[in-house]
Amino acid sequence: MVSELINANPIVYEKKERRARSAPSDYSDEYAAEPIDQQEVFDHVRDIKDPEHPYSLEELKVITEDAIEVDDVQSYVRVTFTPTVEHCSMATIIGLCLRVKLLRSLPSRYKVDIRVAPGSHASEASVNKQLNDKERVAAALENPNLVDMVDECLAPSYG
Amino acid sequence: MELYEGGCELKLLETLAGHSDRVWSLAWNPATVAAGTPLVFASCSGDKTVRIWENTPSHSASWTCKAVLEDTHTRTVRSCAWSPSGKLLATASFDATTAIWENVGGDYECVSTLEGHENEVKSVSWNASGTLLATCGRDKSVWIWEVQPGNEFECVSVLQGHTQDVKMVQWHPSTDVLFSCSYDNTIKVWAGDDDDWQCVQTLGEPNSGHSSTVWALSFNAGGDKMVTCSDDLTLKIWETDNIQMHSGDGYAPWRHLCTLTGYHDRSIFSVHWSSEDIIASGAADDAIRFFVENRDGLVDGPTYKLLLKKEKAHDMDINSIQWSPGEKRLLASASDDGTIKIWELASLCMENGH
Repeated sequence: MVSELINANPIVYEKKERRARSAPSDYSDEYAAEPIDQQEVFDHVRDIKDPEHPYSLEELKVITEDAIEVDDVQSYVRVTFTPTVEHCSMATIIGLCLRVKLLRSLPSRYKVDIRVAPGSHASEASVNKQLNDKERVAAALENPNLVDMVDECLAPSYG
Repeated sequence: MELYEGGCELKLLETLAGHSDRVWSLAWNPATVAAGTPLVFASCSGDKTVRIWENTPSHSASWTCKAVLEDTHTRTVRSCAWSPSGKLLATASFDATTAIWENVGGDYECVSTLEGHENEVKSVSWNASGTLLATCGRDKSVWIWEVQPGNEFECVSVLQGHTQDVKMVQWHPSTDVLFSCSYDNTIKVWAGDDDDWQCVQTLGEPNSGHSSTVWALSFNAGGDKMVTCSDDLTLKIWETDNIQMHSGDGYAPWRHLCTLTGYHDRSIFSVHWSSEDIIASGAADDAIRFFVENRDGLVDGPTYKLLLKKEKAHDMDINSIQWSPGEKRLLASASDDGTIKIWELASLCMENGH
């Protein structure tokens, strides 16, 4: 474990208000699944705790609602996140947390791409490649230490 | 039997459930080709087990799971391969070992465990004569093992050269030349004998190679052509000089023939070249695609065209697609959805005059 934090003094932002979901107005569609939208995906990930600080990814502006692209018809989501510092070695952990949370929250038909915001990280291509290699992700998630770390970050994001 | 453009369909024969996690790979037993003998294949999964499936041709083509190979691997089993005789099955696992199984009167026993890789083993392949085994993994190395009497395996070479995770190894169908493909975007060709093996060629971007991870490769029956599939959303066809290959040197350089681009939207995990020259691909967009050589007006050499696309072949990513040995156009696909599907590629139209 590193004794020094990568980013000892992160900027903490205010959380965006949470909009209540409105009830479906068309009763004939009562049992129809609502299309998944940007807000819903953001709600799944906004409270994930940063691996290093007691703040959420939303509070640190690592993830914003605008950085989430959703196409429910195509069953596709792309999440772009911004690490707080350019050389953040936690970038792959954060990416992994995002991937696991969405894997557990979205229907299995969904294809998910995770990437760091262009220009926001020194090893952008390398981090993106790792995060989108399904086999590498699967192997990483068989590592109990890594899973514990991820679960700790995800804990505040449930419910 | 001729294939007619637009006159084919992919018929789903059966969906096999059983694995409790994604199915990564499957392999047909090469020995079960004689008429009347059952078709057999093995599948391996994130549930740490390997399943053996069998189908007796005389009984309404229904597949049953004959055995579950469990309590051996302690992590995901990523890949499996039968020896050419069909008597042994090698299984490669994220637990860093490769297990060798033997069918002893219907029960599969683990007769050997190959250790040495530093971390996840990703692929295993037997050479054509069954005398050599190759493995590869995330530790960037390719290992060559010699098969010895009494189910003993001796490592004869540890090949370094790839700069990243090696995804698959595959021996050439008729010569002892080994091919590997990697997260480093290249395909490497290894030749040698005994304990002296070298990388004799690297197919990378300068050779019109892939621009992202190469997931798999497959040879045509003659061994003079090869297809590779990649995260860069393309299939690439490569060729070599057959005559030079079978001459004394045993190795001839490979060159890029053509790139199939624009057909896939997401990573292509598996590709397999059939004995009748139909290339099947399985991808992360849940679709199966078939490609054949384009005979309409040769330009500067052969090109390939899409014969058929089966969307939503599975509910999730397809990890492996393999043609069966034997005469019928049967193939099996394995998916993240935990199922294996058995398909038949059938011609719709009858020939004129029939």
